[in-house]
Amino acid sequence: MTDTQTTASGPDAVLIASGVEGGVRDQVRAWWDRVRGGEMGALPASAGIVVLTVLFTFLSPFFLTERNFANLLTQAATLVMLAMALTFVLLLGEIDLSAGVTSGMTMALFVVLDNVFAVAWPIALLAAFGAGLATGLFIGFFVARVGIPSFVVTLGLFLGFQGLALTIIGDGGLYRLQVREILAIQNSNMPVWGGWLMLVVILGVVAATSVLDRRRRTRAGVPNRTVTLVWVKLAVVLVVGGAVVAVLSQNRSASPAAIVAGVPVVVPIVLTILWLGTFLLDRTRFGRYVYSVGGNAEAARRAGINVRMIRWSGFVLCSTLAVVSGLLSISKVGSVDAAAGREIVLSGVAAAVVGGVSLFGGRGRLLHAAVGALVIAIITNGLGLLNLPAGVNFMVTGSVLVLAATVDAVSRSRASGTVRRN
Amino acid sequence: MSDAPIIELQDVRKSFGPVSVLQGIDFRAYPGKVTALVGDNGAGKSTLIKGLAGVQPYDSGTVMFDGERVELQSPRDAARLGIEVVYQDLALCDNLDIVQNMFLGREEMSHGTLDEGVMEKDASDALRSLSVRTMTSVRQKVASLSGGQRQTVAIARAVLKKARVVILDEPTAALGVAQTAQVLSLVERLAHQGVAVIIISHNLQDVFEVADYVAPLYLGHLVAEVPIAETSYDDVVGYITGSKTYAGAETSA
Repeated sequence: MTDTQTTASGPDAVLIASGVEGGVRDQVRAWWDRVRGGEMGALPASAGIVVLTVLFTFLSPFFLTERNFANLLTQAATLVMLAMALTFVLLLGEIDLSAGVTSGMTMALFVVLDNVFAVAWPIALLAAFGAGLATGLFIGFFVARVGIPSFVVTLGLFLGFQGLALTIIGDGGLYRLQVREILAIQNSNMPVWGGWLMLVVILGVVAATSVLDRRRRTRAGVPNRTVTLVWVKLAVVLVVGGAVVAVLSQNRSASPAAIVAGVPVVVPIVLTILWLGTFLLDRTRFGRYVYSVGGNAEAARRAGINVRMIRWSGFVLCSTLAVVSGLLSISKVGSVDAAAGREIVLSGVAAAVVGGVSLFGGRGRLLHAAVGALVIAIITNGLGLLNLPAGVNFMVTGSVLVLAATVDAVSRSRASGTVRRN
Repeated sequence: MSDAPIIELQDVRKSFGPVSVLQGIDFRAYPGKVTALVGDNGAGKSTLIKGLAGVQPYDSGTVMFDGERVELQSPRDAARLGIEVVYQDLALCDNLDIVQNMFLGREEMSHGTLDEGVMEKDASDALRSLSVRTMTSVRQKVASLSGGQRQTVAIARAVLKKARVVILDEPTAALGVAQTAQVLSLVERLAHQGVAVIIISHNLQDVFEVADYVAPLYLGHLVAEVPIAETSYDDVVGYITGSKTYAGAETSA
């Protein structure tokens, strides 16, 4: 203890940065450094969307039409929802193989209650959500409390729920959804002004959160990123969102007798859930703890976090959002059968991984899962337009998944070789 | 030993079945001083520390904190008193950044949401108070940090909590020469802030560089607790291996 102490106000004080200093160019460079450091986020998947869009536009004259675009969004909605649901357990380093059949089974329950037992549909819907919630609690009990790997528990449920759906519906049975309100989700559009209003609301929310965040940082006495970045962000939302709303505001009716225009009702629903989920993950203690448990459960435990409770909640959120995904599915398809949801779960996991959500936990965002789901939906939609056999779809999707995982792994191993410095 | 000890253990004992690991230990730690706990594997260092951390309460004996008798029955008891342990396997989340790791489990909130501004400010201040200059940004992910930097984050986390006693378990075990020097100077600055630092180490060179007192353990007994200036490298090795008793040290001193 012989050296003299350096005071806090010494020249060293300025040497720890927030990482927000400098102009746009510095920020872009910092972002690029992070990307090269392996934090690629949804960048590869976003690039995939662009490449696939260009590719299918060349291959099929119908791909880049207003009608197909609206169709693509409604087709994608189920998978987007499921991929977001799965993200909550993937972030914890867990998996839910039963998410698909949970959506199928709860929808079987919903439709049978409504059709056969003449239960008022809101009550039937409540029962479906109750069943989803119970499923999450059930999985959480066995994973977080008993300590069985989630792969095993949910594999068991995957089999069990297929049996349950079969029991509810009967062998080879199929029930039509007759609830107009639910059918409307995927089969009706907002008025054209509704789409523009939605865009204004989105811009307002983005601007308000940016302003509030900046004010908070200023009050705390830490620097803000250059304000230009807020404008850039708003401009991107305005241009991309404006283009989407503008396209969807065109008449896309197949017959000249009718007019079909406006943003599909499902779009604001999915966006709202995306926003709420992102808010939960980014801005609340719960979200922070989800990431910490996924990153290092032992560290979380030592920090006093109730790891068991966080795991449990993750499964409940996943199963409950899987019910929403099921709703979007039956709204689109119009019916439910005993096999509902059996195949989609692996596409859901693939979508999340393609979007940049790590299977090992702790990394990824809901938006990444949504973008990944769009990639897979575009492949399905585009190959469908080309009249290629279904087998091709599976093979292409599989290849994209492995490609995405490879890009991720390569960037990461390169990063660990270069970024570590002292 | 001018100051009053902040922690004083009197005759603490702990056994696991028939094996008695701590056989009546008297130990003190002083504010602003670094006390090194040394000893061979199985001497009881970890058990002594786990008792202080409240992870594994002692079977018997008295723990005095600030001159008052306290119970250390759970990690929460220890945390309430301001006793923080930095474990060897640092327990940081690679996927979170430095600020997020430092505040993990006790985030600052405002209006029900995380207040990143206040957390970033406090984290920067804590790092500055330790004169840390080896990090480019407090928003760096911990995954990209070196071993020494990770140790720094873990120690700064304890500072942030306004810890009064910080226990470091083998802080330099996995580090290179330059990083070891960094961490040792960090330990000194921590003590300068008035924190009582207890450091477990196998590396006597580090101990002699940084510690004010050295407390060698031998088979569940505390051989001595002596000012580092009044003992020698050879004596300490002797205490650790059991080839010397404390009386021997006094004759050689």
